Amino acid sequence: MEQLTYSLLAVLLGVSGCVFYFFGSNWLLGVIFPINHVSNEKMAQNIRRAASIRPWLFLGPALFFLGLYLVYPVFDSVLLSLHGRNGEDFVGLANYQWLFNDNEFLESLKNNVMWLLIVPALSTFFGLIIAALTDRIRWGNIAKSLIFMPMAISFIGASIIWKFVYDYRAEGSDQIGLLNAVVEYFGGTPQAWITIPFWNDILLMVILIWIQTGFAMVILSAALRGIPEETVEAAVLDGANGIQIFFKILIPQIWGSIAVVWTTITILVLKVFDIVLAMTNGQWDTQVLANMMFDWMFRGGGDFGRGAAIAVIIMIAVIPVMVWNVRQANAQMEGR
Amino acid sequence: MQSIPSNKSNPVMKGLKHLRRSPLMLLVHLSVLFLVLLWTFPTAGLLISSFRDKDQLAVSGWWEALSSSEQNLIGRTDAPDQQVLLDGQYVLSGQIEDFNTKDKILRFGWTSMEPEAYLAGTIAQMRNGGTLTVTSDGHYSMKSPTPFTGSRGNRIFYTALASPKFTLSNYKEVLTSEGIGQSFINSLTVTIPATIIPILIAAFAAYALSWMRLPGRGILIALVVGLLVVPLQMSLIPLLQLYNTIGGFFGVSAKSYLGIWLAHTGFGLPLAIYLLRNYISGLPKEIIESARVDGANDFEIFVKIILPLSFPALASFAIFQFLWVWNDLLVAMVFLGNGEHELVLTGRLRELLGSRGGNWEILTASAFVSIAVPLTVFWTLQRYLVRGLLTGSVK
Repeated sequence: MEQLTYSLLAVLLGVSGCVFYFFGSNWLLGVIFPINHVSNEKMAQNIRRAASIRPWLFLGPALFFLGLYLVYPVFDSVLLSLHGRNGEDFVGLANYQWLFNDNEFLESLKNNVMWLLIVPALSTFFGLIIAALTDRIRWGNIAKSLIFMPMAISFIGASIIWKFVYDYRAEGSDQIGLLNAVVEYFGGTPQAWITIPFWNDILLMVILIWIQTGFAMVILSAALRGIPEETVEAAVLDGANGIQIFFKILIPQIWGSIAVVWTTITILVLKVFDIVLAMTNGQWDTQVLANMMFDWMFRGGGDFGRGAAIAVIIMIAVIPVMVWNVRQANAQMEGR
Repeated sequence: MQSIPSNKSNPVMKGLKHLRRSPLMLLVHLSVLFLVLLWTFPTAGLLISSFRDKDQLAVSGWWEALSSSEQNLIGRTDAPDQQVLLDGQYVLSGQIEDFNTKDKILRFGWTSMEPEAYLAGTIAQMRNGGTLTVTSDGHYSMKSPTPFTGSRGNRIFYTALASPKFTLSNYKEVLTSEGIGQSFINSLTVTIPATIIPILIAAFAAYALSWMRLPGRGILIALVVGLLVVPLQMSLIPLLQLYNTIGGFFGVSAKSYLGIWLAHTGFGLPLAIYLLRNYISGLPKEIIESARVDGANDFEIFVKIILPLSFPALASFAIFQFLWVWNDLLVAMVFLGNGEHELVLTGRLRELLGSRGGNWEILTASAFVSIAVPLTVFWTLQRYLVRGLLTGSVK
């Protein structure tokens, strides 16, 4: 309880700090560039000056935080990746050289590529299917809410949920995990799936697909509803069937939204960490870059150089999406 | 008389109606139902399991929670001082200790080597000419030509058909002895400030980027969009070093609540600014211009007009940030310590996965405590969440 008071106090301090800053700086601006009791000429000049400074006062705290927590670290990480484990002695590209000869890294790279190919594709696919199907039925909204729900669950919570599904008991005793129970029901042999390379990767991906399908569904459902009805009506008149309408009329009109969903999930996949940490911690050939990076950050007291090098690799993978996003946003603004 | 063509005779509507009525609709209903079940079963399993008796949870699947299950249990006879001499034999009889009277015993045994060697109701031969009988209602009778010794009763192994049991004791246990209760408070301590503080900072910035004349506005917006996707991993090591330096300089711990609040503020800002800017720049130009004509400066316009109008966008972001901070594991592991008063729920879950990996009654109850809050937020404020997603994804 005491701690919560502490936290609420922090909220109060933080908010009043912000309020104080914004009001205070605005007041100061009024004092430095007064507009009352001065000549008209002076007043016009002061208004102009105040107006040119005020945006920067508004932006100040945001720029400070963005700079300190996101921009500076990007450059510092690149720099650190060229240094040794303490970040002091310069080692050039040695960390990268080590990376590309390290089996764990190559395995992570391979796994990340697999995640990148499978997770965004299946999440988008399921999201689209569900969006299209639920639009036609009366209880569609409830169905959508239920499928959207995993979005609110933490990766670690989801990992526990699915670890329970994948639970394995020796053959002969009752299976308490759903997956093995189903396997047994259909006459298969129960397995400790999490320890079987390749399949365990797929099972970890299932968790993220389970979480992200709801996101894809929400975006694509809105996009489908935004399609002008005339286009569908025209197709019906021309005798198109449901499947033709879906693939030839609807899909081409929502390519933009599909791309948004795809890229957003791609970025998320590159950063996937909690699921792998909780389910396998990279054992049984499931390592991914983000978990490996975390590992090196603390392994044996922490190797900052190697950790930073792995982070830089993740960053490089993100850059194409970043460029694409920035161009999209610019195009959108010019259109306005 | 020429009638106005109504919807009914409209060929388009006819076509659509036809599609709706076709047997395909049944297929649609069924496939949606299938998908919904597929998506909800894992969570349902967790929820149901967390309320089950831990012995039952360990031996049968949660989908069998309502049916009786076979359980291997161990009980004891009464202590030897209860024995009576009957017809030259020493006899101990009564109810097996801790036996649940609703259960039904199927088989029993008297050594751990053969825990289910005898059917209930039959007579088991023990060492030294003794016998043991256990009936299905939990009554036992043990006879021996020599007196029973020792301070405790004999062990009886039995297999019982246990009736379904539901309990809150799993929750009681995790909230008190497993530290989930304390972690819950720690999570709240992290989440509340980390959700509220970035909002104001972002709102001012978003207004500046929408309606104020400043050089380089386009570049700044592009920067924010770019930063949206910068992986957190890039920030971890430099910030950890920075925190260590600052902590060392002031002689305080590098891992503190203040540190994690500020970190979450920084990491949440790009989305906050982007989301709020999309909303604020979409507000009608006339409102702002007429206020300007009336002599209001940007500060007054923002505080009196923009801020109240932006409530839906502020709420959307608040929900996002709340869910993200509450569910975060990575930032908490790097910037907050592992002490009793610092470990957040996600961190605690991870620890339990390691130390209590097989104790599903603890894991399921703990996990449900941790996801209960975000699920409540989700079900009550879903509208804002959806709106936020729609304005927040880069189009």
